[in-house]
Amino acid sequence: MKTVRSMTTPRPGRLAAGVAAVALASTMLTGAAGAAENGKFRIGIVTFLSGPAAGPFGIPSANAAKAIVEGLNKGALPAPYNTKGINGAEIEAVIIDEAGGATKQVEEFRNLVQRQKVDAVVGYISSGDCLAIAPVAEELKALTVFYDCGTSRLFNDDSKPKYAFRTGLDAAVDNIGAARYLAATKPNITKIAGIQQNYAWGQDSWSDFTLALAQTMPKVKVVENQMPKVFQGQYGAEISALSVKKPEVVHSSFWGGDMEAFVLQANARGLLDDATVVLTCGESALDRFKDQAPNGTIIGGRGPFGAFAPQNALNTWFVKAYTDTYSMAPTYPATKMAQAILGLKAAAEKAGASAGTVPVMDAIADAFKGSTFESVSGTVKMDRADGHQALQPISYGTYKYDPKTGKATIENVITFSGECVTPPDGTASDAWIKAGFPGAKCN
Amino acid sequence: MRLDKTELALVGLAVVLMLAGTLAAPGWLIFLITVALAKALVVQGVVMQMKAGLVSFGQGLFYCVGGYAVGMGGQFLGLNAGLVLLALGVIAAVVLAMVLGLLLTRYREIFFAMLSLAFSMILYGVLVKSQELGSTDGFNVKAWTLLGRTIEGGEQATHTVFILTVLTAATVAFILHRFYRSAMGMTCEAIRENEVRVEFLGLSPRWINYANYVAAAAVSALGGGLTALATGHVDPDMAYWTTSGEFVFIALLGGTGSVFAPFLAAIVFALVRTYAIEFLPNAWQMILGFTLLGIVVFLPKGLWSLFTRRAVAPVPSSSPTNARTGGVRA
Repeated sequence: MKTVRSMTTPRPGRLAAGVAAVALASTMLTGAAGAAENGKFRIGIVTFLSGPAAGPFGIPSANAAKAIVEGLNKGALPAPYNTKGINGAEIEAVIIDEAGGATKQVEEFRNLVQRQKVDAVVGYISSGDCLAIAPVAEELKALTVFYDCGTSRLFNDDSKPKYAFRTGLDAAVDNIGAARYLAATKPNITKIAGIQQNYAWGQDSWSDFTLALAQTMPKVKVVENQMPKVFQGQYGAEISALSVKKPEVVHSSFWGGDMEAFVLQANARGLLDDATVVLTCGESALDRFKDQAPNGTIIGGRGPFGAFAPQNALNTWFVKAYTDTYSMAPTYPATKMAQAILGLKAAAEKAGASAGTVPVMDAIADAFKGSTFESVSGTVKMDRADGHQALQPISYGTYKYDPKTGKATIENVITFSGECVTPPDGTASDAWIKAGFPGAKCN
Repeated sequence: MRLDKTELALVGLAVVLMLAGTLAAPGWLIFLITVALAKALVVQGVVMQMKAGLVSFGQGLFYCVGGYAVGMGGQFLGLNAGLVLLALGVIAAVVLAMVLGLLLTRYREIFFAMLSLAFSMILYGVLVKSQELGSTDGFNVKAWTLLGRTIEGGEQATHTVFILTVLTAATVAFILHRFYRSAMGMTCEAIRENEVRVEFLGLSPRWINYANYVAAAAVSALGGGLTALATGHVDPDMAYWTTSGEFVFIALLGGTGSVFAPFLAAIVFALVRTYAIEFLPNAWQMILGFTLLGIVVFLPKGLWSLFTRRAVAPVPSSSPTNARTGGVRA
């Protein structure tokens, strides 16, 4: 017994030394990091660098951030972004990994703001992370631009945002757009089915899509929906279950490896001979489908992004800069990241600080709210959620692969204006859809 | 009540930590330590069972129950008193553990580990399918109060949760320290060494394990509740197996040598991780892996062995049993 106690009782001297060492180490490291006083505009970029979302979304986004920051620092972008850096101050990007869940992201967000003293944070693909970060951004009064996450609850849950902005679109927009595209291009179909990943994204997408479809195509019957678990990879059973119901259209909010696997397997099993698949995130794999996706597959890019982005000087510059460095065209997550940084630059330069200095966060937030800025995807209006949520059109089109050149393109593109697919402020998206899109202005 | 050295050190450290934290430390460090200490409570639950020879790969179950109780209590029951919400989590975890324990305590070793993991993954699956609870996105914790005071955002909130966490952690550690030295605590170690002998002494290893399992669940739920209050968000990842794996990782990092070990290990883990993310954004997991590898190779009894006397050696009579008590059986 005595030995046990002597083993487990710490030596007070060593314990104190240990605690002191940890404390000392952490203060030293703090000193090394906290240097936002270097006069640069420091942006924290948070996106997936590891895990399943890294390949299709995170890495293209991080690459886009690097390309844009480098271009801005050289002053190489076309007007109106042809001035160097942000407000004349050089941009310094701190890129960190979004993997690891919301608790860890809240911790890392605080570290970015309070330890690394970033002047703004741009990031977040996962909706769970956005929901968790938004109140912390307000608490720390830290300017935060969400560039990709799609949850409709971000600005709904009794929040009065001041410092949080979203330059990407709400996921409800994707599915309202998909339902409108089907009504416009395939008005005679009668049977539709779905396959979604069984987590928040898939569940919300399917519920928004079916609600919207009931409005745009009331005669269509939903014959089947399969909800395999996320990252399952093998969809034999689900494809059989879909095939026997003989749907004419299959809606899927799959993304990344799951989406490519599903298309490959469904094509081989003949499901796609009879049914057209609608892929709301399809654009992110445009260069990877090759001949695996049948021509005519309906794909979306979560807004006017990636291959759907319009021809303008900014986008031409961006596509070239991105392609030169990474030898492939930017996909929609890349465009969205570029857009978020451009929005931040536009707001910061409107904030009215003297040139060459970094404006304070409050001033940037005030300037960002309700602003209109030029982006790689056209003109963006921060016109929803009291000026904190971007309002933009959404496009859908069909896949076309040319085996000779090995290049895929999108044709039959229809673009629905922002007012056509986005609920007005104060109305939740599901309520707006159920009421039959009151006030929607379609082109 | 006489306090031994460990208990005095515990009280002293808690006071120092609270003073240093509220007066001097930057906000991010206070938050990091708050979450680390809250998670360390879950690790305490893991260590309690390790001492009895059981490795739980599903302690995230109770971490998640504690967290969701705080979130759901505010969201659906209209409760906003922080202490009531924490108590709700503990009660929910205890009730659940009392049921699951009936089955789990029949199993040992890998079977216990896998079965505990299975139950936490069942909760994960249920939560993922609950759209009203936000599925994988989870939901935010509503504003809460402490002793009638509303905890508004900002520095005050960070400090309040910090002090609440330090006090809770110190209290739990105090109780656990006494428990480990009590007859029942010692019996847990005896069960690990030789269950049959314990039975022949007239004790029931199964019911002692059962009580230990339920107590560990309560401690872990407290950790989950505090994490939810600190971060303001809960999601099903809290019950995912990688989260439980992280708790086992931290337990191994610290060792089972002292009630201090999980706290120290959790803080070291959080610091290593955050600086790894900062300096090596593309390879931070590798740094964590090498850290564990280094600990296993060079400090098989965990970080805590740095602070214990390299003693035992000068006591030639020490039996193999005693020599192993402080160590991790990995």
